[in-house]
Amino acid sequence: MNYELVIGLETHVELSTDSKIFCSCGGHGKGSEPNDCVCPACSGMPGMLPVMNKRVVELAVTAGLMLNCEINRYTTFDKKNYYYPDLPCAYQITQLNHPICVNGLVSVKTADGVRDIRIKQIHMEEDAGKLVHGGNSSFVDFNRTSVPLIEIVTQPDFRSPEEVVSYLNKLKSSFIAGGISECEEGAMRCDVNISVRPAGEEKFGVRTEIKNMNSFDAIDKAIRYEAQRHIDALEYGTEELVQETRRFDDVSGKTFAMRNKETEADYRYFPDPNLMPIVIDDEWLEEIKAAKPVAVDERTEEYRAAGIKEDDIEIIIANVKIARLIDDVVSMGCNLKDTAIWVVTDCAGILKKAGKALSELDIAPEKLAAVIKMVANGDINRNAGKKVLIAVIENGVDPVSYCKENGLDKKFDASAVEEVIDRAIAANPQAVIDFKNGKQKAAQALFGACMKELRGAGDPAVIKELLEKKLSM
Amino acid sequence: MNFYYKKIADGSIAVDDTVLVKGVPAAAGSHILEGFTPLFSAEAVTRLENKGYVISGKTNVGEFGLDLAGEFSYYAPAESEIKGAAAEAVKSGEVNAALAVDVNGAARRAAALSDVCFLKPTYGTVSRYGIISTAASGEQLGVYASCPEGISEIMSVISGHDEKDGTSLKNESYDYGCDKELSGKRICIVKELYQKADASVKAEIDAFAASAKKKGVSVSEISTDIFETANVAYQILMCAESCNNLSRYDGVKFGYRAESYKNIDELYVNSRTEGFNFLTKAVILYGSDVLSKNRYKDCYDKSLRVRRVVMNEMKKLFESFDAVIAPVCSLSAYGAYDIKDAFKKVFDESEFTALANLIGLPALACGKVQIIGDHFSESTLLSLAKEDK
Ligand SMILES: [Zn+2]
Repeated sequence: MNYELVIGLETHVELSTDSKIFCSCGGHGKGSEPNDCVCPACSGMPGMLPVMNKRVVELAVTAGLMLNCEINRYTTFDKKNYYYPDLPCAYQITQLNHPICVNGLVSVKTADGVRDIRIKQIHMEEDAGKLVHGGNSSFVDFNRTSVPLIEIVTQPDFRSPEEVVSYLNKLKSSFIAGGISECEEGAMRCDVNISVRPAGEEKFGVRTEIKNMNSFDAIDKAIRYEAQRHIDALEYGTEELVQETRRFDDVSGKTFAMRNKETEADYRYFPDPNLMPIVIDDEWLEEIKAAKPVAVDERTEEYRAAGIKEDDIEIIIANVKIARLIDDVVSMGCNLKDTAIWVVTDCAGILKKAGKALSELDIAPEKLAAVIKMVANGDINRNAGKKVLIAVIENGVDPVSYCKENGLDKKFDASAVEEVIDRAIAANPQAVIDFKNGKQKAAQALFGACMKELRGAGDPAVIKELLEKKLSM
Repeated sequence: MNFYYKKIADGSIAVDDTVLVKGVPAAAGSHILEGFTPLFSAEAVTRLENKGYVISGKTNVGEFGLDLAGEFSYYAPAESEIKGAAAEAVKSGEVNAALAVDVNGAARRAAALSDVCFLKPTYGTVSRYGIISTAASGEQLGVYASCPEGISEIMSVISGHDEKDGTSLKNESYDYGCDKELSGKRICIVKELYQKADASVKAEIDAFAASAKKKGVSVSEISTDIFETANVAYQILMCAESCNNLSRYDGVKFGYRAESYKNIDELYVNSRTEGFNFLTKAVILYGSDVLSKNRYKDCYDKSLRVRRVVMNEMKKLFESFDAVIAPVCSLSAYGAYDIKDAFKKVFDESEFTALANLIGLPALACGKVQIIGDHFSESTLLSLAKEDK
């Protein structure tokens, strides 16, 4: 019999904010030592009250806009109660009744074509801490408590693991491009709901949930394993499927049922009285919209239309810093395709020689724009441009004065170029005679001498023309 | 009477042990917080200290402010007659004023029993930063003093916006003047509550009404069951929020930890069983129940809706009256009693006080007379009470 896979996803994404969601502790709980990024608020001490980090709202709305969601203008927080030592208040602040974004849509592309996945909701919440076990004791590290997260919940619209991975890759590049999350290792965590039904059947099969996976590879494998387990149960009666929570074991590549009280727990949700409802008015929403980067799909189209190669497009899309640099340089009057080549080919090449990746590129957009413009205007040739670029990247020089100091801009000064030619002619009287006798090669030697003295600066075509004019006189 | 859980200095202001002072042990009257020392002071304390006031110490308080008037402090349980330590410290002249958190009427009742004044101000006008929170949506930091002028002085210092409290209102200052023109003001006495009080409490209300009349205030009587309704709704919300807020006291991070436990579940259960008193446990269990899946809609959610109904009714009432008068409590004195009866006793007595907690109204206890006004009407309440104390 043919079976159809039905998959829904809950994805937790850590947001790129300067401080935690309800206190001013710095960043992402990346303290170097356990508990060195905590304060009385995020360690659950009495007397502290949560104060909403506005940036979290803005990033959550941006994520919603990128995933084509409706933005709830009135959004509230709820408390989810459960006891666990890594949860210092014994409740987590999350959103149940009025999540910030609802009803989105994401198209995913696989070898089988393009399909739409509906987003049920996006909500904001705080992360929990971490337990560290050692010897006979357990220790708690609260560095991660109250780190801001968004959870993106889809409808059960996926039909294959390929679609899931394609969706996750799209989320990742969208969120990096949107400055929503760095999406580094562990910053995206997924719970996968999965069931199997005979093809053509309307009714859903028994659903299991695989919790807390953070690599796309593991998710792919877990889905394949779990799907086969369900199919075997339906087809051969290998076991009776029950609705349950499971975990994926990376080593064996299998899923296992979790004996977990939590799954049956009553979380006793209720609205958090310490956090006033957040109202997103037109003005604020417009501000967030204006700051929102172009969605990945539109961006790709834009690059394609400018004639940038597909490989280069992928590199730019995957690296928000590079995309921003290109934007900045283009906004200073440079051509998009040119700029992309300068960055993805030339800058990358220079960095590669130094054993660095393109993502490590550190160049002021003004300086890059100056180099590109000098070449585009014919002030210096491309080779000279590359030399300047090396100096800019390696030593941070000012491109225009670097050209002057190193004589790369001699072309600017027509009389200087003329002087060089005159000197070359004067030094090679035989070549002049040969040229006049019809030996074209003689001009070639003179041209070489000029170029040598100009150290590669100046437009070869112009020099050639000027040289031939002088020789013909 | 020993007023203090921790004496700090010779000062003019005492604070309840639910209000944090940096570096001074704080326990909210509970065994579960034994040994806890806060890293920061309450905003109100900081504001007072910035103006040169000296905090004398932390006065004993009933566990998490949930009892009648301070009788169930782990550190100083009442032995015979019930009196609140902060109220008595003011009454005796030990201090000029004291700060306390009114969670469920205990501070107002303590003022009544000690014959001093306590103002529970409008919700959101005084920062709750640095108070040991029990029922976030109804509790409010307020002031004890022997007279309205004393309250007015302290309120002017501690009130106003604080960005560290998300529920703090944006205004920078409020009117706490005690000299409002009273002639032409209209007040009403709630008949149902008046009738529940004993003769001596009734007499105080009568005297207050007579004096108000002399100042040109019109006094009438209203009949309403809104206080009873408000009390049921507030007890549900208060228990639920307390259950949630007190769940952080688990023996893991600070405060009391049971000596004997074999695993994390026992650590939780034993620490909390030994750390909370019977009343707090009753509040937690009741709160846990009303938040559970099958009860939430009929209990917690319904109470939130009742809160809106009560708000509308009271707003309507304040179109006709400048203040509502009720007793603070039913008796003029309370003897010590068994803690197993506490939940019911507090529930009954809170019928007088809970409405103001439920919808954040200012309520002034002036002896046994309670003056409740519309939001931000503190100046009217204080003016009405002046000279009567
Ligand atoms: Zn913090």
